[in-house]
Amino acid sequence: MTDSEGPIGQAPVGRAPIGQPPIGEDDLQAFIDGRLRGTRLSLVEAYLAAHPDIEKEVAKDRRHRESLRAQLEPKFAEPIPQRLRIASLRAARWAKWNRRLPATAAAVVLFAAGAGSGFIASRLQFDGSLSTPARTTMAVARDASTAYKTFVVEVVHPVEVNAANEAHLLQWLSKRLGRPLKAPDLARFGYRLMGGRLLPGGSGAAAQFMYDDASGKRLTVYVQAGQNAETAFRFKQDGDASTFAWIDQGFGFAVTAIADRGELLPIAEAIYTDFDGDDPSTPKKN
Amino acid sequence: MITDDMSTRLEQQIPALRRYAFALLRDHDGADDLVQDCLERALARLHLRRDDGNLRAWLFTILRNLYINAHRNRKRRGTHVEIDAFAQSLPADADNSLEAREALSALDQLPEEQKSLLLLIGVEDFSYEEAAQALGLPIGTIMSRLSRARQRLRTIIETGRPAFLRRVK
Repeated sequence: MTDSEGPIGQAPVGRAPIGQPPIGEDDLQAFIDGRLRGTRLSLVEAYLAAHPDIEKEVAKDRRHRESLRAQLEPKFAEPIPQRLRIASLRAARWAKWNRRLPATAAAVVLFAAGAGSGFIASRLQFDGSLSTPARTTMAVARDASTAYKTFVVEVVHPVEVNAANEAHLLQWLSKRLGRPLKAPDLARFGYRLMGGRLLPGGSGAAAQFMYDDASGKRLTVYVQAGQNAETAFRFKQDGDASTFAWIDQGFGFAVTAIADRGELLPIAEAIYTDFDGDDPSTPKKN
Repeated sequence: MITDDMSTRLEQQIPALRRYAFALLRDHDGADDLVQDCLERALARLHLRRDDGNLRAWLFTILRNLYINAHRNRKRRGTHVEIDAFAQSLPADADNSLEAREALSALDQLPEEQKSLLLLIGVEDFSYEEAAQALGLPIGTIMSRLSRARQRLRTIIETGRPAFLRRVK
């Protein structure tokens, strides 16, 4: 069995002639996929003939590949359902837009009213237990991460106010959080603003801006009012969602996305710099 | 505005998208819902796309992202019920060996990334570069990951057991 695992992770004892690289796992995979031609194909065939254990496994992999294709073929051959026709989808899209506009406005009013009463009262007591800045930063990260997971899966209403009404969105959220807010420009990272929403968070209100990239990957920027102290970036991983959180100028900030640490850090730094440029003591008139 | 040409190019991808969605979800209606979400998103995002980009890889990336997002949601709520309606709906396999019938159910037991690798490369005939792009993986790791995925599938089929504890669904 150890012999058969030879080609994985190390140079196999290939019998490639002078001037030909030895057989590797990439050759075997390409062989299984039927993508080898010419000399390389003959070399792999000769190699497999000389290594029956490996040949046996490669043959199995080829069979599994074939049966997977065969099992899924009927699905591919099915006629396309009417509801998936592009013309149907376009018609439905148009109808939805026409319906949605008044509903969005109503939802904004309701949500703001809810956040202004019971929600905040309950969070005020809860927040008393958080003391050290580090724990507070982690609480910001946790709230941001929870908010991310709650709304990032939303297909129909990912945001309360969409980016088309950005001026209104910023004015509303700035007023609720008590600081001038702008939505950081993340275009250079490939993320575009979808919109935002107001949430209960910490000892007051929080704002969530949602972005997505061309492939539909979503990212949120979260701002929470009423934090003390200043802290460095804290990193939190929750499943495959990563969060960087920090506290600055009396507000908790966080950015969350399905991304690894190295990918998210430059975005967090850009957002930090973006918000740092705003002096909350001189509110903008907007 | 979406041209007729673009509508046609999108529709040409639908059979393959449905197949991929079905292999991930193993539920016919759920798969079509996923494809519908994917196409709706594509229509909304079409204007952001470069014209020369790979339409197929882009659509599959969108579908996969939606699947991952929704799947996380389901796990969180813990209400997912797996209905294996597929076993009855499949035509009898010509080669009726256990092995042949089990390839798809063995696939179910792989983590999503390995599933997608085997489906995009082995079934959808994505090039290794396209698969790397669609899965957000460095091209240099594709072959070894593919090799591991195939090895794991083989182990599951041969032993009749997953190489790890199966999630309770």
